[in-house]
Amino acid sequence: MYLYPKWIRLWHVINAVLFLILIITGISMQYTDKENASYIVGFAKAIKYHNYAAIILTINFIIFVTGNLLTKNGRYYKISKENFLNELITQLKYYSFGMFKGEKHPFPVTEDRKFNPLQKLTYVLALYVAVPLLIISGVGLLFPEITVSKFFGVSGLIYTDILHISMGFFLSIFMLIHIYTCTLGAKPTSLFWGMISGYHRDDEHHS
Amino acid sequence: MKIFRFLIIPILVLFSNTSASHAEVFGIKLNNQSDTDTNTFVSPFKEDNERCFKCHGQSKYEYTNETLGRQVKELMYSERIVKRELYYNSNHKKFSCTDCHSAEYLKFPHAGELRMEQKYNCIDCHGGDEKFAQYHFEEIDAEYQKSIHFKLEGEGFSCWKCHDPHSYKISVRNQDNLKETIAYDNAICLNCHSNFDHFQLLTDKEEISLIQKHDWLPNQATHFKSVRCIECHTKINDSIKISHLILPKEEAVKRCNECHSQNSILMASLYKFESKAQRRDGFFNGIILNESYVIGANRNEYLNLLSLIIFVGVAGVIGIHILLRIREKNKTY
Repeated sequence: MYLYPKWIRLWHVINAVLFLILIITGISMQYTDKENASYIVGFAKAIKYHNYAAIILTINFIIFVTGNLLTKNGRYYKISKENFLNELITQLKYYSFGMFKGEKHPFPVTEDRKFNPLQKLTYVLALYVAVPLLIISGVGLLFPEITVSKFFGVSGLIYTDILHISMGFFLSIFMLIHIYTCTLGAKPTSLFWGMISGYHRDDEHHS
Repeated sequence: MKIFRFLIIPILVLFSNTSASHAEVFGIKLNNQSDTDTNTFVSPFKEDNERCFKCHGQSKYEYTNETLGRQVKELMYSERIVKRELYYNSNHKKFSCTDCHSAEYLKFPHAGELRMEQKYNCIDCHGGDEKFAQYHFEEIDAEYQKSIHFKLEGEGFSCWKCHDPHSYKISVRNQDNLKETIAYDNAICLNCHSNFDHFQLLTDKEEISLIQKHDWLPNQATHFKSVRCIECHTKINDSIKISHLILPKEEAVKRCNECHSQNSILMASLYKFESKAQRRDGFFNGIILNESYVIGANRNEYLNLLSLIIFVGVAGVIGIHILLRIREKNKTY
């Protein structure tokens, strides 16, 4: 089943590389040390690479949203209100117990349903909530002069930064879980190959 | 698409302060320091001083030219103008002009040789005086003598090049006026380093562009607004309030980590007198947060711990899941 068109695969791989660069450089900036200038990546280099990667990520995100608006891909992210919570619980039960009892996947992949309910929720939260907040707060840090200078007696930049690093942290955790759940295919590598070739095989679980 | 409606809120918050912030960038207003004292302070020498201010208090002066037999209007040489409001708001406001300048100046036209009079330095009045002991003028003088500026003494450098005795006012630093203090202090440096008319009096070097020289500095405007030149260009001394040991440019701080770290040097310079005040919300160097924010220096220990717990928790769940999968696989075969 051809599920991942070229533009999605290209967007995905660019996003993955940028995420890694942003996580490494982000940690390097956050945990600097006076004596040890090169904590993972030196501060000055970390700033530079982080900024460049962030700009490309923003453009890539705009392409993703535009692509979802213009193509049918956007429909996979629509959450129907009816029964969603129950479906979510079913999926969670499957990952926690069912899959160890040899049960069948409760929401097999079809051309109309690329994601299971848990995927839908996490992808929507990550891509339509966390990433936009990450980008907005990132713009505020990239151009500190446009950020609210004071808020309740404290520099507005600290709120912007806490929002930024929190979103960055949650997206890093998302990435960790995302990579792990991608090993839940028929073979641990099958879903990764699917994202490279574009084809999803029916006999697989999916992440 | 409802999500985009919500996104507009943080965008509006983000941009709400734009115009004010832009105006502040490079907003160095040397003359706009609080003028409130001017209204309340009345010098005991006001009338005496007015004899000088009559000509030196503004750009135009008048005198009777006896040779021509008429009143003559002239422009005052800008370096010889002393603004009343700045003087009566300065640290030296209580003095009479003739406390420091020769009483011979009271005669007009001034005698030519008066221009050669020996001028006092800070240490001439402030040195060895218990009244000023808390300011450590002797130590300031010792630091100055080791600084790069001292080498220019032969060219005419002196305390007055930075601290104009007619207008200098100690900028009391607190959370309300930190940005003003930074602008005021930086203006002292810029008075020569970005004003070639003044710069060329002390050196034969070509005009320099501070903006270009600091090209390497990310967010240059924000740095210039948030820290003083001396943060990077002096050697920190714990026993005096403001370091006066100006370093050669090669020795200036250039490593971001010096400030952007848990043990930031800003705590021993710009925030030296605030750093004793504690915050109890877990932020390292939290006192900076009242005015500014420094990446790397202001991380929060509670958030660090929380993120570590979440990370370990997630890694643990994944680890358990992997073990269960391995067990399941072994059962199957």
